[in-house]
Amino acid sequence: MAEIEIRALRKAFDGAEVLKGVDLTIHDGEFISLVGPSGCGKSTLLRVIAGLEPQSSGEVRIDGAGADGIRPSARNLAMVFQSYALYPHLSVFDNIAVPLRMKRLSALERAPFVGRLMPGRRRAERVIRDDVERVAEQLEISPLLKRKPGQLSGGQRQRVAVGRAIVRQPRAFLFDEPLSNLDAKLRVHMRAEIAQLHRQLKTTFIYVTHDQAEAMTMSGRIAVMIGGELIQVGTPAAVYEDPCDIRVAEFVGTPKINAFPGRIRSDGRLEMLGHVLHAATLAPEGECRICVRPERIELASHGLLSGTVVHLENLGSEAFVHIGSAGTDAPVVARVNDPGQLPAIGATVGYGFAPEAVRAFDADGKRIVTSVPSRVERPRGMAVV
Amino acid sequence: MAPRDPAWVLASFGWTGRSQAAYALAAPAFVLMLLMLIGPLAGVIALSFTDYQLGAPAFSWIGLSNYREMFADRVFWISLKNTLTYVAIVVPGAVALGLGVALLIQSGAGLKSWYRTVYFLPVMATLIAMAIVWEFMLHPQFGLVNGLLRAAGVQGHSWLQDRGTALYSLCVIGIWQATGFNMVLFLAGLVSIPKHLYDAAEIDGAEGAWSRFRLVTWPMLGPVTLFVVAISAIRSFQVFDTVQVLTKGGPSKSSEVLIYTMYTEGFEFFRSGYGAAVTVVFLAFVLLLTLLKSALGNREVHYA
Repeated sequence: MAEIEIRALRKAFDGAEVLKGVDLTIHDGEFISLVGPSGCGKSTLLRVIAGLEPQSSGEVRIDGAGADGIRPSARNLAMVFQSYALYPHLSVFDNIAVPLRMKRLSALERAPFVGRLMPGRRRAERVIRDDVERVAEQLEISPLLKRKPGQLSGGQRQRVAVGRAIVRQPRAFLFDEPLSNLDAKLRVHMRAEIAQLHRQLKTTFIYVTHDQAEAMTMSGRIAVMIGGELIQVGTPAAVYEDPCDIRVAEFVGTPKINAFPGRIRSDGRLEMLGHVLHAATLAPEGECRICVRPERIELASHGLLSGTVVHLENLGSEAFVHIGSAGTDAPVVARVNDPGQLPAIGATVGYGFAPEAVRAFDADGKRIVTSVPSRVERPRGMAVV
Repeated sequence: MAPRDPAWVLASFGWTGRSQAAYALAAPAFVLMLLMLIGPLAGVIALSFTDYQLGAPAFSWIGLSNYREMFADRVFWISLKNTLTYVAIVVPGAVALGLGVALLIQSGAGLKSWYRTVYFLPVMATLIAMAIVWEFMLHPQFGLVNGLLRAAGVQGHSWLQDRGTALYSLCVIGIWQATGFNMVLFLAGLVSIPKHLYDAAEIDGAEGAWSRFRLVTWPMLGPVTLFVVAISAIRSFQVFDTVQVLTKGGPSKSSEVLIYTMYTEGFEFFRSGYGAAVTVVFLAFVLLLTLLKSALGNREVHYA
């Protein structure tokens, strides 16, 4: 159980700045995901928290105490690695027992041959055996205890790695992309298991992933990192619905949010593709991007925008229609809830969206607050005046 | 089908279709192995049962006489004991030093390639030439070693001329020569240890260098270590150059080793049959080491 505070953290490797001043408070018992595209510095941040990497400047505080200069093991944080990092020469039992033996046995008691002669070792080993077996039972890996990691499947290795982390009852768990090496089906299964583990242990979980779906489904809060900076921290719903930066809007959510080139007119109205939207802003006149989530795009014959269907993705329960239209670089993606009523490829379709669906961003990618003037009655689904 | 039809003859040996092609493809390798390895080996073994003398027009089969004579010969037993002593000193020495140097180079920051080159130099240099350098260094009067000892106030020694130290001096040269080779193998092994295992060890509480070495480095180097030990042992069994140049097996057989015995018997006394018998003993040891390596290698050090 620990609250972890990160203050103005910077990290540079050979002059290249990887973390550019990160501030984040992770609450006690919280499940937070650090998510971002590869190379955004999220794994580096995790390694700095773990103590595997010293920061260039800034501070990490665990439960109010500065962690600088404290060795990783003394921070009492457990880490699960992407590659599991199991010791291949040790059995599953010994792998899980390593952190306990390191903590509870002296160097002399750990030594081969001589260690067996030490008086306290037998008793300590018995307690360790009980602890390891308890954890193995909890993770349902008891039958595997005698095997070597090489004889296990990816999912089983993952469990052993988690077992090695929880056996020492750490103050917080650090996960570094732990599911990336598993196949898609197992990944979804382990997602639920890790979330369940968090509910059970009620300990602080810090989970690094580049997979926004993992972050959205498991965590209480997600912290989106891009280019070494923490762009937005919030609940999955808040980050999805209310992104503060166009990079966040584009990173979170699959398929990607649709972005249209637009303009803020001098009277504060938004304009795109020659249409004036029924949405206003107080931001100054200029270029902007107007973004709409695929599920907010509605196909309608009377929709004011139109284009040609270039691609269809039918997932069974839902479908995505890719519409190529003049004025947009990438096809516009619309979600259709009933895959039974899909337009044909090559067909011309009209589409539109409600003014509430608009997320507008200025030329620097920062969010622009938009409002929908309520006095004018408009038919639903039309954002255009 | 006529019995003389070649296809029928082949078929009667099971040489049909697919297997015919398989034998044809394996033939070049098999023929080469027969010519270069198995043939000479069989020749040596056959020779050890004869009284053949180098250059003699004829020979006769004498059964196990060579072996009987060899096992009764005091010089053979001295030679065998010296060889085993040499192996028992050089192998642990060269393996431990090679590993130590590799660990130091790996953990060091700068000058890595310089150190690698320096330690690898003895491997690249001709051992005969280096043996002559060592002869000067170990010279009782104006050798560098005794000079340094004198400077430190210690009495020098006739290293290669003393029965008590000749073999051990050769061991030192053997270690000096083998360390660089082992270092390169260990360096390759160290590079291939996944970095994340050290991270995991650090998180798990292996804080000191020694516990990290015990938990990660040493077990992960298992396959390399086994290979290095086997190669070092086989190479030490083959020690000859330094003996030939520096001591000629002396003084009074104190540095006589198996290959040197084989050489003197076979090429100085021209007793090829007897020399072949010594060679067979040498081959038996090498074969034993190879079998030991593969038996251990399959069970103990490959974890996957």
